[in-house]
Amino acid sequence: MHIIESGNVAAANGVKLAKVQVVAAYPITPQTPLTEKLSEFVDAGEMDAQYIPVESEHSALAVCIAASSAGSRTFTATSANGLLYMNEQLHWAAGARLPIVMCVVNRGIGAPWTVWNDHQDAISQRDTGWIQVYCSDHQQIIDTVLKAFYLAETVNVPVMVCYDGYILSHTYMPFDIPTQADVDKFLPPFKPAYALNPGQPANLNTVTLPDIRPDVRGNMAPGYMEIRHNLHTDMRNAIDVMADINKKFENVFGRNGNPYIEEYKCDDAEFVAICLGSLSYHLRDVVDILREEGISVGVMGLRLYRPFPDQAVRDALSARKGVIVFEKALSYGNQGALYADIKSALYAAENQPTVHNYILGLGGREIKTDQLVECLRNSCTQPETIDDTPQWIGLKL
Amino acid sequence: MTEKTTILNLPEDELVHPGNRACAGCGLSIVYRIGLKALGRDTILVVPPSCLTVLQGLYPIAATQLPCLNVTFASTAAAATGVLGALRAQKNESTIVAAWAGDGGTSDIGLQALSGACERGEDFIFICYDNEAYMNTGVQRSGTTPQGVITTTTPFSGKAQKKKDVPSIIAAHNIDYVATASASYPLDLYDKIVKAKTIKGPKYIHVHTPCPAGWGFNSRYTVKLGKLAVETGLFDLYEIENGKFTLTGASEKLIGKERKPVAEYFSTQSRFRALSEEMIDNIQKETDAKWAEYNKNAS
Repeated sequence: MHIIESGNVAAANGVKLAKVQVVAAYPITPQTPLTEKLSEFVDAGEMDAQYIPVESEHSALAVCIAASSAGSRTFTATSANGLLYMNEQLHWAAGARLPIVMCVVNRGIGAPWTVWNDHQDAISQRDTGWIQVYCSDHQQIIDTVLKAFYLAETVNVPVMVCYDGYILSHTYMPFDIPTQADVDKFLPPFKPAYALNPGQPANLNTVTLPDIRPDVRGNMAPGYMEIRHNLHTDMRNAIDVMADINKKFENVFGRNGNPYIEEYKCDDAEFVAICLGSLSYHLRDVVDILREEGISVGVMGLRLYRPFPDQAVRDALSARKGVIVFEKALSYGNQGALYADIKSALYAAENQPTVHNYILGLGGREIKTDQLVECLRNSCTQPETIDDTPQWIGLKL
Repeated sequence: MTEKTTILNLPEDELVHPGNRACAGCGLSIVYRIGLKALGRDTILVVPPSCLTVLQGLYPIAATQLPCLNVTFASTAAAATGVLGALRAQKNESTIVAAWAGDGGTSDIGLQALSGACERGEDFIFICYDNEAYMNTGVQRSGTTPQGVITTTTPFSGKAQKKKDVPSIIAAHNIDYVATASASYPLDLYDKIVKAKTIKGPKYIHVHTPCPAGWGFNSRYTVKLGKLAVETGLFDLYEIENGKFTLTGASEKLIGKERKPVAEYFSTQSRFRALSEEMIDNIQKETDAKWAEYNKNAS
């Protein structure tokens, strides 16, 4: 069924169709309408789930961690400082290998307060052991929520579905809500490897020692370092698993898309702009303008940020003359985090393009098309003239 | 309280394995052993970092026969909520969810989550074993450390502030059952947990738990000192059922009777060595005033 609704409502419909059993959430702008919608679904009896209105984001993820450990499919959502308040729980959920799905409605972080969009919230949590997928439109939001449960429950790693606050969360756009029957064909019920159960007691997340230890039967059990290694390995494997899930999704719903990179006019492009989230669609207009000027440029939206699809990035970028990374986040005192990741992926490439880094849109600073045109034109016509330090777009010092 | 449990009809089933990592004379080992007997096998435990984390054993060996979820320090009651949510989603209405935290995990870092869960009316039993400091990290002051006590973060003059009254804070949430108990009166504790199992909604049990290493006494006196805390009227055994306060067990027997002087309790533990005569007098006066109120209400 095609409807015109907000990105938050698209996400809520994905959660409902995924038959999530336990939802816990705490309100924060711009995530709030998503959880309001879920409470509405539950209260109206349209969704058979426990909706738990907790007293903080820390507790929201605690509820999900425990409910997932007890064998239920769980969901939460947050933004900005709410995500940061979850920080230790993010690590805990990944370390405990729980397939929780969370929507991160991207917003800048205080201080000073801002409620507007950038990506510093999710990017600052990139090393928590969560898979991070970014969406560019409402169809991607609802589809990604469904795929996220499949992925999380296949590799036992939690997944963040990230989309831009206001730009996607509060704007209205047409999208298709799949039927429950089709979703049930795609997404099997959650079957945990172990769930808390008095009939089969186990002590979960106990204290480990630096070395491995034998269990009561004398068999060696993995220690902390092995557990960490397994998380890393399974996250790397998730890259291939995503491709399989995408194929399965296409078989059921007839739509697909590259799970790692969404390309626009890149086939013959000498230069490629790359970024996360809805900005890549904004840059399509910019690419069209520059193409008319005769500049050979395309744009890529990176869908998957963690695990980093370095092979796909290398394949997509290594033969280009220049790569221009646009970022709504920054690793203070260094560069854009995405920029550093892309340069790292290209280190192994035979033909290394020049790579430029633009920081823009922090705290919702307006991103004007003519600014993007000018910056991208400069980078494409004078690829050698910009040094390694990030250039700021729209900065008014 | 209905029929009281005695040593003769206490269940023989042991749910805690011997050879666990508790210190000699640990009050928590009594509370835990008796508590699990009362909870029974159809229980899921939720435990934050505390001495209990260590007592229960190091991966991959566990000292308990109940399923247990170890959670982050601040999240105990929220995690118990999550287990309950999953059980409700799975139509399981019989399994008991018991959160089991120390005094720091309850009164300090865990209080917000506990308050939230009580306000939401979650159907769980929260057991706080109060050994009156952060014992697992080496005896730092907590919200429930009594006034004057020497800890490693109140090293010379002792703690200036008074003990936080957590049961009263929880009772202010208007939940149906709040009780206190002591490691030294295990059967009273047992009966209170058994009663809590029959009540819907949040149940809170605050258990005074002597700690030889943290309090500075010989490990053979754990039970004796726990009793002395009650007999001096410093720690009182009571229940608040549907808002009604009732002294129970050994504390009930003190109504209208002369209590042992608090100085006797203080003299038995090195943690009280910074208490001056004047401070002890003040604490005695406060204790007498509290008991005058109890006696008045009882008559």
